[in-house]
Amino acid sequence: MATPMFRFDPTELPPEADVIRKEVRAFIKEHEHLMGFSKGEFNRDFSKAMGKKGWIGMTWPKQYGGHERSAFERYVIIEEMLVAGAPLSAHYTGDRQSGPSILKFGTEEQKQFFVPRIAAGEITFCIGMSEPNSGSDLAATRTRAVKVDGGYKINGSKLWTSGAHRADYAIMFCKMTQEGQEEVDRHAGGTQFLLDLKAPGIDIRPVINLLGEHHFNEIFLTDVFIPDSRLLGKEGNGWNQVTGELAFERSAPDRFLVLFQMLREMVRMAGPTPDKATAAALGKLIAQLGTLRSMSVSIAGMLQDGINPNSEAAVVKDLGTRYEQDIPVVARQLFHTEPELEAVDLYASMIARSTMNAPRFSIQGGTREILRGIIARGLGLR
Amino acid sequence: MAVRDETRMLLETMQRLFEDMATKQVADASETGKFAADLWAAVAETGVPHAALPESAGGADAEWEDLYYVLRVAGRFSAPIPLAETMLAGWVAASAGLDTVDGPMTVGPVRATDVLTLTADGNGWRLNGTASRLPYATSAERIILIADGPDGEMAVALDGTAGATVALGKNIANEARDTLTFDNLRLEADAARPLGAGVSRAALYRRGALARATMMSGAMENAMDLACTYAQQRVQFGRPISKFQAVQQNLAVLASQTAAAVAAANLGIQALNKDEERQEFLIATAKARVGEAATLACEIAHQAHGAIGFTKEYALQLSTRRLWSWREEFGSDPEWAAKLGAYFCAKGADELWPTLTAA
Repeated sequence: MATPMFRFDPTELPPEADVIRKEVRAFIKEHEHLMGFSKGEFNRDFSKAMGKKGWIGMTWPKQYGGHERSAFERYVIIEEMLVAGAPLSAHYTGDRQSGPSILKFGTEEQKQFFVPRIAAGEITFCIGMSEPNSGSDLAATRTRAVKVDGGYKINGSKLWTSGAHRADYAIMFCKMTQEGQEEVDRHAGGTQFLLDLKAPGIDIRPVINLLGEHHFNEIFLTDVFIPDSRLLGKEGNGWNQVTGELAFERSAPDRFLVLFQMLREMVRMAGPTPDKATAAALGKLIAQLGTLRSMSVSIAGMLQDGINPNSEAAVVKDLGTRYEQDIPVVARQLFHTEPELEAVDLYASMIARSTMNAPRFSIQGGTREILRGIIARGLGLR
Repeated sequence: MAVRDETRMLLETMQRLFEDMATKQVADASETGKFAADLWAAVAETGVPHAALPESAGGADAEWEDLYYVLRVAGRFSAPIPLAETMLAGWVAASAGLDTVDGPMTVGPVRATDVLTLTADGNGWRLNGTASRLPYATSAERIILIADGPDGEMAVALDGTAGATVALGKNIANEARDTLTFDNLRLEADAARPLGAGVSRAALYRRGALARATMMSGAMENAMDLACTYAQQRVQFGRPISKFQAVQQNLAVLASQTAAAVAAANLGIQALNKDEERQEFLIATAKARVGEAATLACEIAHQAHGAIGFTKEYALQLSTRRLWSWREEFGSDPEWAAKLGAYFCAKGADELWPTLTAA
């Protein structure tokens, strides 16, 4: 066949995955009072407890506080936590992408300073990529860095920065410019910095989302000084560095497990002997979930083998977000209710939360259109 | 986990064989009712149709997993032969200790609602009932059926359709689907025997559904390949239509659905060495998900081709007409989805996640 076929080798979780699954379920039971539904809760104590268990930075080298466990074991921890609705926000970004980026591109000092702290659940990262005029189009980044004595001076602003108000550090994507230069060249390479969010000149303001919740922020940077030691990787190489980071972001099972509790609630409401149409609607969703999960396990297998599943990750995210956006749609067709966010009735509040959250699934971490562009590139069409 | 070397070699061999022998001319000719005897002979020569049988029954004790992967290749090439049917007929027959033949075979019932009964008659049997839409029944040298006997399900071996009333039929890919009706057909004692362990009508239906799901995933790979290739060759508005984002986005969806279909079929194939309960819900997952994907894939593959894809001359229809046929055979995607939903509802909501993760 002339067209490249995406690779999802049949992959079964190894026996050690069962062992760790039992452990994580027991841990979740112990912390049951902290579990929620699709809220992205932030809880440093919970993250530290996970760090103590060795469940952050699981696949990283022991030398940097990691645990050298398999990608499969990590997969199990994450899927169980997501299904339970565990408060992962304090460490999730660091575990999923900042830590791996630092391990790959960081200096020895950076690895020793940051990575063990991330693995312990002690520090929180956020991602400074999007800007008012740079969403999907990262080349339009206008936040600029100027080389100064002993470091860099940063000016500009970031938008849609999830969790910045509670984070300690941001991996900040900037463009290099000359002193006094306001306009930034589209074609100039990007550069990444490890920015301490307590540095002078940083102003973080909330952007309230349509649920009335505070996750997003706008970050204003005015003459912020970053020492040379906090340049990540090479000047001008930021684009390549970020591409790898995004593949980590897209291949995780959080792209199709955030609303699992709602699917479970729908099965409960259907009762033990549903009519055929209800059974078929639920069965269709369960078949989608089972398939997505097998594809995601297959990606974990590729990561374990050191393969970069860039196109495959985009496929899983695109299919996964479609599936999750269908859940509230099917829910309202099967079981009518008037949605209310803080309703006592669990289902009414779930349908409210999932309906309002649904649009973001196919925007964050690469819009549906961008992902399909990546898939088309993988097919050799562009 | 990489595919085993032997599997890879087998699949490469079969890919080459189908490339040479399962041409559009062969598929076209078979649609007029002429059985693709040369293609069958070449496939039979490889030993694949009987490979899963124990060596004592003329097989090679091959892994079912590998044979299902071969069915994907056959589906990719729209091979107009009863390969899955012969494999499954051999499986039912061998379990019951009935003889098989080297020629093409078929197996049934393929529909859940069919009723076939076997009653004792002196030292022989009487067969009554209907086996609807048996694939390639009139081309099969031997037909293996499962009927309800006095003490449970039994395998029945028939040498062709003699003694049955035959109503010829076709699916929309013009593959033969013949309905056989038996009115008190007298059979010798050794023509029917009890089924072996693990073989039943339900198990046959399940394996048939998985065969169709797997063949469909292959047909989707072909439709996707044709669509992507065509979009890069067809020039409109001064450039290949693959350069238009609207077209790219559609083809990306086609590729994702194809990948999901392959993964879903693999999930069912991996289930073959698991217990019956898990086989049932994982194969239900496969047929439900592949059927859903096929509907979308056909739509997009045709859209990408424009008018040319709607012609008899162009090969896309060989895949899409099979997808539209096969998605209904051995249970449609809504039917399997309803079974899957009913299974989990009966188990209860709190068993959903533990069951999925224990599979």
